Order: sequence, then structure tokens, then C-alpha cells
Amino acid sequence: MSNISRDEVAHLAKLARMAVTPEELDTFAGQLDQILDAVAEVGEVAGDDIPPTSHAVPLTNVFRTDEVRPGLSQDAALAGAPAAEEGRFRVPRILGEQQ
Amino acid sequence: MSDLTRLTAAELAEKIHTGEVTAAEVTQAHLDRIAAVDGDVHAFLHVDAEGALETARAVDADLAAGRAPVSPLAGVPLALKDVLTTRGVPTTCGSKTLEGWLPPYDATVTRRLREAGVPVLGKTNMDEFAMGSSTENSAYGPTHNPWDLDRIPGGSGGGSSASLAAYEAPLAIGTDTGGSIRQPAAVTATVGVKPTYGGVSRYGLVAFSSSLDQAGPCGRTVLDAALLHEVIAGHDPMDATSIDAPVPALADAAREGARGDLNGVKVGVVRELSGDGYQGGVLRSFDAAVAQLKELGAEVVEVSCPHFGYALSAYYLIAPSECSSNLARFDAMRYGLRVADDGSHSAEEVMSLTREEGFGAEVKRRVMLGTYALSSGYYDAYYGSAQKVRTLITRDFAAAFEQVDVLVSPTTPVTPFKLGEKVDDPLAMYLNDICSIPANLAGNAAMSVPSGLSDEDGLPVGLQIMAPALADDRLYRVGAAYEAARGPVLDKLGELEAAK
Repeated sequence: MSNISRDEVAHLAKLARMAVTPEELDTFAGQLDQILDAVAEVGEVAGDDIPPTSHAVPLTNVFRTDEVRPGLSQDAALAGAPAAEEGRFRVPRILGEQQ
Repeated sequence: MSDLTRLTAAELAEKIHTGEVTAAEVTQAHLDRIAAVDGDVHAFLHVDAEGALETARAVDADLAAGRAPVSPLAGVPLALKDVLTTRGVPTTCGSKTLEGWLPPYDATVTRRLREAGVPVLGKTNMDEFAMGSSTENSAYGPTHNPWDLDRIPGGSGGGSSASLAAYEAPLAIGTDTGGSIRQPAAVTATVGVKPTYGGVSRYGLVAFSSSLDQAGPCGRTVLDAALLHEVIAGHDPMDATSIDAPVPALADAAREGARGDLNGVKVGVVRELSGDGYQGGVLRSFDAAVAQLKELGAEVVEVSCPHFGYALSAYYLIAPSECSSNLARFDAMRYGLRVADDGSHSAEEVMSLTREEGFGAEVKRRVMLGTYALSSGYYDAYYGSAQKVRTLITRDFAAAFEQVDVLVSPTTPVTPFKLGEKVDDPLAMYLNDICSIPANLAGNAAMSVPSGLSDEDGLPVGLQIMAPALADDRLYRVGAAYEAARGPVLDKLGELEAAK
């Protein structure tokens, strides 16, 4: 049974912003297919009457007091940046040639 | 001086606090041991000799001034998994993406260790972003099992477990999303505990699967793990999922257990965590452990958890889904790796090329798997169904804990395999976590304690003990009782080394 084609893997890689190679596409297509086949059994056990669990501890709306506390300085925040300029993160161009 | 590396954390603490040795001597002995053996073991990605000695000297100065030790473990050094941030000290998560990154802040676990006067020897190797069961997914090369350097030390926390088994550190910190503390403990004959979810803060734990990730203690004895657990546990406002409840008395539970009386304790053997796929020697070791628990006075019954068979499948949808979302933060913009920033590529192209370059195969596989499981049209069938299975597994546990105090099983179905043996077969690798995953899905506490060596291959086997959420003390009581009756396992490694 085939869940997932090579083209679909290419689409997933694009959605996940990973420029995978053609060789990787071949490997991943087979492996993802095999994994999805194995895990699809989750659809067989749980009926509509079973509520989903997203989290082991059922906590909602955890608040703390809204008080001013020191955070990272600008220098510390930028220290690990691949590129910084004038106290800001420098990023590659965002708009394409046509835009 | 080399004798110091053979002592337990509790013994070292006593010697340091009574002035028999200095914390600096103890730390130096472990740094020397690391220098001598880590070329073969490769447990560490970074050794912070200066930082560790500085902490140790501060403890010594405190004690010399007549002050009481700041914690029961003050001066006892530790190996920290490289997934927890350390201010100004490299934190890579075993990934090229974070090579050379110096975090601007400490994880809460790191901060508590510093406040407790625990010298951090260095950062330990791991599968990239904690995804794996062998440390072979580290971008910096695998860690080797001290029992047999050609075999895996478990994963993802193989560096932490190997550092203990190689006597490079008396204590270590791991993180456990699907078994990454317990499976490495089992295959190296050390002790590892996954605390109740929310019991130890996740602040500064680089997120893989946020609803499952949990940091915990690793040691060579149950008492040492308990002492470390008490140092790192407790409510933290910086983690919204941290539980605001008192931490049970864990070291006391371990000391009580060590007296060897389990009368009145009900132990459940999980029927579903046995059978096909389990190595004969693992099952025989497990049966012997169960017999020993009975001799200690425990009442043992078989219990059924009918949905545990689906735990692995649910996990390999939930964890990749959460990881695909969490790892979106590695976008090459604010920190970490950036490639192809040559003016010819757009931000989005730089992002795609950087993630391709920075992530290893297993991370890419899981990110894509999660992207698929969360995409519209597939969400209900995959992620949605997996969350329902999670409910069923939680109910299985609840029903079981109405009958018994703790559940037991083997920690892993097989003893440590050869490096390279399963690295190209993701499904075979995933099966290593078949016994450990249910506790992550339900958020329970669970421990692996050495149960001996497999009679077929002479390699370590672990006994898993599982307790309800917030009843971590039961693990320590039962684990310490069993450990005392069983006798040390890791000592056999020293005999093996001496016989070579």
C-alpha cells in the first residue's frame, strides 16, 4: 500500500522549508510510506466517543503577575545572530524579483 | 585519586562535606578520567573544566568558612545533556544547526544545579534534538557503550548514560520524550528516571515534543538519582506546564526502600509489554527481577493494559507533529546556522537551504512526518486519532493503578545492539521505545534500574518501574529495594575491564 508519493514528499519538504536533494526524496518517500503504514493503526482503535488528549497535565490559563522584570539586553539578544546591523537582526531580502 | 571516580554521589558528598576531600579534587579526578577515556567513549561534546572547577572551588571556600553545604550534592560533579541551555557555554543539541551557539540564558535545571553547588563537567552527546535511540543521529559522531565500544549507549541521552558507566561523572541529567533517559540507562546498567510530566521545569530545555519532553536524573544508584531529582524538581513559573505541587520526599523513599521490605506494596506486571520481539535473555532477567520483588514481600499480580500495543504508533504521530512545529524556530534569522546568505537568495531560500544543511536525516524525516500528520485532510486520521489513543492509554494506566501501586516491565525489548545495525531502518530503531513510551503519553513517572546481564550475550538489561503522576517516590522505594537485593551490576564492567 502506498500512502505517499515522491511528489508528495517534495511538497512536504517545501512546506517544511527544507531544500532536500533528489536522493533524499527517494529515501524519504520509501521510509515515510513504511512509517505511515505502520502508524495508521491508530485510526482502528479509537471511536468517535473517545475525547483526544493533547497534554498529560490538564492545565489551562496559567497566569503570572504582570510585573516588569529585566529581560535580555539588545547585545545579548543579537550575540547569536547570523548577521546583525545597527542593533538589529539583518536578514536576506524578503521580496522576490517580481514583487 | 582515581578511586574518587568509583564512588557514588552520596559517598562523594559525604567526603566533601566532612572535609575528607575537596570538591576541587573530586572535580579534577573526573576531568582526568574524561581526558583518559573520552577519546574512546565520546560521551562529551564539550568539557567545561574551568567552569566546573570554579563551582567546586566556591563550594570548598564555603565549607572552609564553616558554612553548611548549600545542598546535599554540593561539590559533586555532573554531566549535563546538551539539550539544556547553559549561559555562555556551547549548547548544540547534537545538531549542526546550533554549532557554536552560546545561549544567553540558563535553563531552570542548569540554574538549580548552579545554586546547589553542583559543578557541571560538560555537555553530553545526544541524538540530534533528542530524536533517536542510539546517539548515532548526533551530528558530532556517536557515543560508544562502555560495555562494548562497538555497541550503542542508547539514545537520545547516550552521552549521559555512557559518562556514568565510564565513571566520567557520578551524576548526569537526561531528557526523556519517549524513553531517552530510561533506554540509555537500561543498556549501560545505570539508573535513569523520567519524572512525572511537569515535575521538572522545561524552561531552557530545547523543545522537541513539548507535551512529552521531561528532564530527569541519571546516576549509578537509585539513591543518587533521588538526591539529584530533589535538586532539579519543583514548580517553576517560567514553565506554564510545571506542576505547582510539593515534590515527594524522594531520597527518604530510596533510603526506606534500601531496607529491603516491600510488604504491602502491590506490583503489576504489564502483560502487553512482553512476548514477540523481546529477547529471551531480557525476559529471563525480567522474570528473575519479578521473583526478587516477591521475595522482598511485594504482592505481584498480572495486569492488562490493552491499548499499550498502540502506544508506539500514537507516539510516532504525536512527537513528529509537535517537532515539526517546534523546529520551525530554526529559521536562520535570529540565531544558529545560516548558509547561502550571499545576496542572491531570498530569506525563504536561505531558510530552506540552511535547514537542509543544518538538520540530519532523522530530524528531516520527523519534521516531514509531522508536517504530513498535521496537514488538512490527514489531521483527523493521523494526529487526531493518535490523541484519542493517548486518552485510551491514560485510561489503561488509571485502571491499572486502581489495582496496584507500581507497574513493571522490561525497559527495552533487547540488549544494546551494534552501532550501524539499525541506523538505516527507522522502524526497527523506533521499536526500542516500545516499553517506555506509554509513560510519556500519560505523563506518569518511570524509572529504569539495572536488572543484570542477559544470559545470552552478557549485556545489560533494565527493569522498568512505572508509578502514577506525582507518585515518583514509589519508584525510589521499589527501585532501591530491588537494587539492594539484586546487588550492583555495573561493577561487573570493572571486572571485565580488569580481565582484558
